[in-house]
Amino acid sequence: MTETVAAPSPGLGLRNRFNELVRLTELDGRLLGMIVTLIAIEIGFGIYTGGNILNPVNLLTFVTQAIEIAILATGMVLVIVSRNIDLSVGSVLGVVAMVYAVLMHEVYPTTIGVNTPYGWLLALAAGMGLGVILGGIQGFLIAYAGIPSFVVTLGGLLAFRGLIFDISGGSTQAPDDKQFVTLGGGPLGSLGGTMSWVLGAILGVAIVAYLFYNRRQRRKFGFPLRPMWAEVGVAVGGILIVIFGVLVSNAYHWPIGLIKQYAAEHNISPNGLDFEAGIPWPLVILLVVTVAMTFLSTKRKFGRYVYAIGGNPEAAELGGINTRWTIMKIYILMGFLCAIAAAISSAQINGATNDLGQGYELLVISAAVIGGTSFAGGVGTIPGAVLGAIVIYALRYNLQFIGLPSNNQDIVIAIVLVAAVAFDTYTRRRST
Amino acid sequence: MTVVEQPAMAASPVPGVPIVQMRDIGVAFGGVKAVDGVSIDLRAGEVVGLVGGNGAGKSTLMRALSGAHKADSGEILLDGKPVPIANPRDAKAVGIETIYQNLALADNINAPGNLFLGRELTTGVGSLDDSSMEQATRKVMGRLNPNFTRFRAPVRNLSGGQRQSVAIARAVHFNARILIMDEPTAALGPAETAQVRDLIRELKKEGLGIFLVSHDIHDVFDLSERISVMYHGRLVGTVNKDEVTPDDVLGMIILGKPPTKLTSADRAELQH
Repeated sequence: MTETVAAPSPGLGLRNRFNELVRLTELDGRLLGMIVTLIAIEIGFGIYTGGNILNPVNLLTFVTQAIEIAILATGMVLVIVSRNIDLSVGSVLGVVAMVYAVLMHEVYPTTIGVNTPYGWLLALAAGMGLGVILGGIQGFLIAYAGIPSFVVTLGGLLAFRGLIFDISGGSTQAPDDKQFVTLGGGPLGSLGGTMSWVLGAILGVAIVAYLFYNRRQRRKFGFPLRPMWAEVGVAVGGILIVIFGVLVSNAYHWPIGLIKQYAAEHNISPNGLDFEAGIPWPLVILLVVTVAMTFLSTKRKFGRYVYAIGGNPEAAELGGINTRWTIMKIYILMGFLCAIAAAISSAQINGATNDLGQGYELLVISAAVIGGTSFAGGVGTIPGAVLGAIVIYALRYNLQFIGLPSNNQDIVIAIVLVAAVAFDTYTRRRST
Repeated sequence: MTVVEQPAMAASPVPGVPIVQMRDIGVAFGGVKAVDGVSIDLRAGEVVGLVGGNGAGKSTLMRALSGAHKADSGEILLDGKPVPIANPRDAKAVGIETIYQNLALADNINAPGNLFLGRELTTGVGSLDDSSMEQATRKVMGRLNPNFTRFRAPVRNLSGGQRQSVAIARAVHFNARILIMDEPTAALGPAETAQVRDLIRELKKEGLGIFLVSHDIHDVFDLSERISVMYHGRLVGTVNKDEVTPDDVLGMIILGKPPTKLTSADRAELQH
């Protein structure tokens, strides 16, 4: 019982004492390490560039670039945790993006009309349905036909990429729907300054409410409580991150061209008009996906079963878990996430190209692995994978900023990937 | 014992009828008959020791009862009525719990998660009720292993004895009527072994029927009422413990013959 309430015992070394403090906050040490890494990357490049790189627009840019990969990585965590792999995510994303574009660009003009208030929602529903079907087919072959996931999804990677050409006829398609393209972000696809603060406030309240709920539950059941300083520390830390996020997002203002256009449309003078862009919609979507996937993986039977299968497939089977259906559900979920990421991808560039999503599978797997997901199965967290994606894009963006050619950026990311796994292997060996 | 909160099966045992009868059970892997026409039974409040050499088919026979591997032939009767056991869920539904030799724990999940694996408690909206599961686990473990405190650590980080107690807790928490223990003390030190023996005696007193699979002939003699011996997939025989000596049982294990059928040549062989 004393395990979680014990104060740091005296006589420990400085490093052990620090570890003890982290343990008392009950935060994931691996996750904290990644946040520290991210901050170190930014400070490092900041010093190297004499502070040039450290402005909010740069920060926001690489985070926005990471969003599609981060969304896919939340699903890839569950795939890898269950001792499987999915190589088809980029191709599924490509197919769905092309379907969005073709529906809105070619089908709607002759049927329901363009820019209807509901057209983009219909397209989204169709794309998500398609993602679920493609994921479901692959999941069925893996779970029930017993074909290795590497083989099935390698087939998916090739087949679905080929399918894109059949749908598009080889040309690039633009969705061209005003509502749809806001999913891609940009000044018109953001919350605006005020709403960003509102969202920030909601998040802050949610963090505090969650901590309160947890503490009350523990008291109710007579479990050891987390020390008060840790509760307050976690709350303050969380709220500071939220405030920082809103400040960074609001530092980006509408460009002058857009302001003039807006003024002209509303018959007002552009002089003195200034709008904060605020948090982009895709970031809001990522936030929702991350929270939902974390909930699914830690608080629902489905998630518990995924981890159990990864930890010991035989134990899961003997526990009476329907392991096949669980595996199939993972791939259905992955297909659904591909459809969400596809919407953001094609909205961002207002177009679906035939090679959209090509090579994503490797970035997504890298993000999950940098985030602490183990190929041995059973280990990995959703927030870790999201941070993993952000680390990759932070490196990419900063290296590009200082003028490193892209081939050498890949070398750096590869080193980080292998180093992350080496670190995990080392710490796991020490802890057992 | 206070662990029993609600009986898994309301039906009271029919007097005189064994709670488990396995009749003419056969299990084959490819062409190999791992279990060949074995019939054994188990009464309430009784421990039946199941012994035999490596590959004798003890574990396979028990896996058929626990639903881990469906029997190819034969039938299983509970309280005299045939019950189909095709998977672990079926077995658990009728009150058969198993402690597997390899413990069958998911190493990456904590003790409450393992205890309730496949039978999670949920809140009103279907989410995992981790608090209630931890509370229940603390209660069971408080009895089985009072020194256990690491309720939130993945079981990977626990000692062999602690892991064993998690596996045992899982079996007793759900009010089993029939307990299968496959080598329950193989990985344990002397103190922990004594603890498990005490537990078996206590569960027996509460009226559970226990199949005890073990290599340790002393364990079996110490705890069982009857001993069934298997040899190359077949049942050599079932003997009352009070009527035989450990040497008799060893003879059955090694030679595959009941003591009454031993020839003088067999006896000579056993002397060596």
